[in-house]
Amino acid sequence: MNLLRYHLRKLFLILKNEVFVLPSRIVVLLFFLTVLLLPLLYDDPYMMRILILASIFAIFAASWDLLSGFTGQINFGHALFFGVGAYGTAILNLRAGFPPWASIPAGALVAVLAGLLVGLPCLRLRGTYLALTTLAFPIILMGFVFSVPELTGGELGLSGLSRLARSRIANYYIVVITMLVLVTVMWKITDSHMGIIFHAIREDELAVKAAGINTTKYKLIAFSLSGFFAGLAGGLYAHFMRIAGPSTLEISMSFQVVIWSVFGGMVTIWGPVGAVFILFPLLEFFRIWPELRQLMFAIVVMIVLLYMPGGLLPWLRSKIENECPRCKIRNIATRKVCRVCAADLH
Amino acid sequence: MLIDILITSLINGSTYALLAIGFSLIFGVARIVNIAHTAFYMVAAYCIYFTTYRLGFNPLSAMITGIVFVSILGLIVYKIFIAPIREHEQAVLIGTIALAIALQEIMMLIFTGDYLSVPALIKGYATILGVKVFYQQLITFASVLVVLGLMRLFLMHTKLGLAIRATAQDREVANLMGMNESRVAMMAVVISVGLAGATGAIIVPLTTVEPFMWSHPLIMMMAVVVLGGMGSIKGSFYAAFILGFAEAMVVFLIPSGAFLKGAVALSIMILVLVVRPTGLFGVQFEEEG
Repeated sequence: MNLLRYHLRKLFLILKNEVFVLPSRIVVLLFFLTVLLLPLLYDDPYMMRILILASIFAIFAASWDLLSGFTGQINFGHALFFGVGAYGTAILNLRAGFPPWASIPAGALVAVLAGLLVGLPCLRLRGTYLALTTLAFPIILMGFVFSVPELTGGELGLSGLSRLARSRIANYYIVVITMLVLVTVMWKITDSHMGIIFHAIREDELAVKAAGINTTKYKLIAFSLSGFFAGLAGGLYAHFMRIAGPSTLEISMSFQVVIWSVFGGMVTIWGPVGAVFILFPLLEFFRIWPELRQLMFAIVVMIVLLYMPGGLLPWLRSKIENECPRCKIRNIATRKVCRVCAADLH
Repeated sequence: MLIDILITSLINGSTYALLAIGFSLIFGVARIVNIAHTAFYMVAAYCIYFTTYRLGFNPLSAMITGIVFVSILGLIVYKIFIAPIREHEQAVLIGTIALAIALQEIMMLIFTGDYLSVPALIKGYATILGVKVFYQQLITFASVLVVLGLMRLFLMHTKLGLAIRATAQDREVANLMGMNESRVAMMAVVISVGLAGATGAIIVPLTTVEPFMWSHPLIMMMAVVVLGGMGSIKGSFYAAFILGFAEAMVVFLIPSGAFLKGAVALSIMILVLVVRPTGLFGVQFEEEG
């Protein structure tokens, strides 16, 4: 009983002293609560479908940010990992009879292999060369998908995968909780020792090498980690849609993830996730004018970038929070003095 | 068969070469990875369709109108959307992606998604070594060579060409030497988009016009640029024909080749890059801080 009281008190203190002092943290908390509690209050199947797809793409976008944002290895062919994850999961599920809880991680491991396979030739490439080369990989795989229809179902793809769960609510919770966990894990990775090395590789690879760090190893780790998370997203997508088709490898899929990440703000993890949850429902909203849908989407992206080239969410955050010039701790914009060191904020 | 392969690869290769040189130019001078490059090529094709069928222009003036229209469109779009965010590399990147999607959707709205075609400049064909070669194919190939030659003359023997090459080599020093960097970048954008328009104009009678016609050339164009080495016009030229030839070989020699043509060409690119990370003729650009 005492232990419980201790933990409750600790939770309360953390909420009071760490979470409620910053609006961005309150927003994150509200986001977690909203996606977890929404279906209990309002279980519209259409809305739940949108949220499930948004969650899957949020994992996908965050995994791009992990590789391209943090490590600076701009990947224009991220759909490769998504597609390999989806196809791997589908083949294991249909041909080998794996249940979803086994086929999705196994599919993601296949995507890790793909990540290593792509990473190896790309190690020597830098910057724009890398970006343009990675664009090729999903297209190459797509060629093979079409040329061996016995295995991959060709143009129609593989359909009839088993459901994630029987009921819609269970489906929703499986995907959303997976998303929250994976995104938190990715955010923690970028915050860890390894994340700092990723950061450093992006800023100055030569300096990192000079510091005695094996950059090749870390770049390959970044490729495989990113491939793993994107593969999980692909597997979830395949099981949720119950089909793995060539559309998962399309060039528009690769571009979509770049749009989400840059729109939301790169090198943050939360930026791409937020962007997916803003842009994906927005695209559904534009369904009112079906023929103008893509056009409006493109125009919104262009206009937002024109005024906030660093991404929407970092821009919003910089409006409501200031960094203390002395101790570098973030404060709400309304405060006159820093909440930790009491330095003057203006 | 062999002649068929040769003709197809020459036509495709020359299209890719023109597109890739325009793309290289804008990347070299302004450091813009212009995903919308082939979207302008699509717009030019539609523009020619519109002027020939709806306004009744003769094909030649339709082509010129198309090129001029696309160049002006490129300039306006650059001024409004790209120039203000040029310093943010990532923002430019998705700005151009969004632009390509927007252009595709606008064309879809105006012309619907139907497959359209445009008449050839000169109808009929000649028989060379027992193979039918359409005059249009010959014209296309000849005009590609002419445009490439003009580009080379322009870059090597005019003042603006010199400024463009200088800026591509070192932006800061070029600026210090009194070249107006932003104006040179603007000119490079206009020329590059104009080249995309010209490619569209030259190739349009040989292909079908549809809103998604930009995506395959986009991939091949990027492959060409990477394979030839960025910023090397000579490299783009050779790489374009290598990939065009590989594509044509696969299509004609392998049964389900149409699906694999992109895959094989891109695999060749990756194999070359593993051996030579900067492409065939490329130089690694110094990283700019």
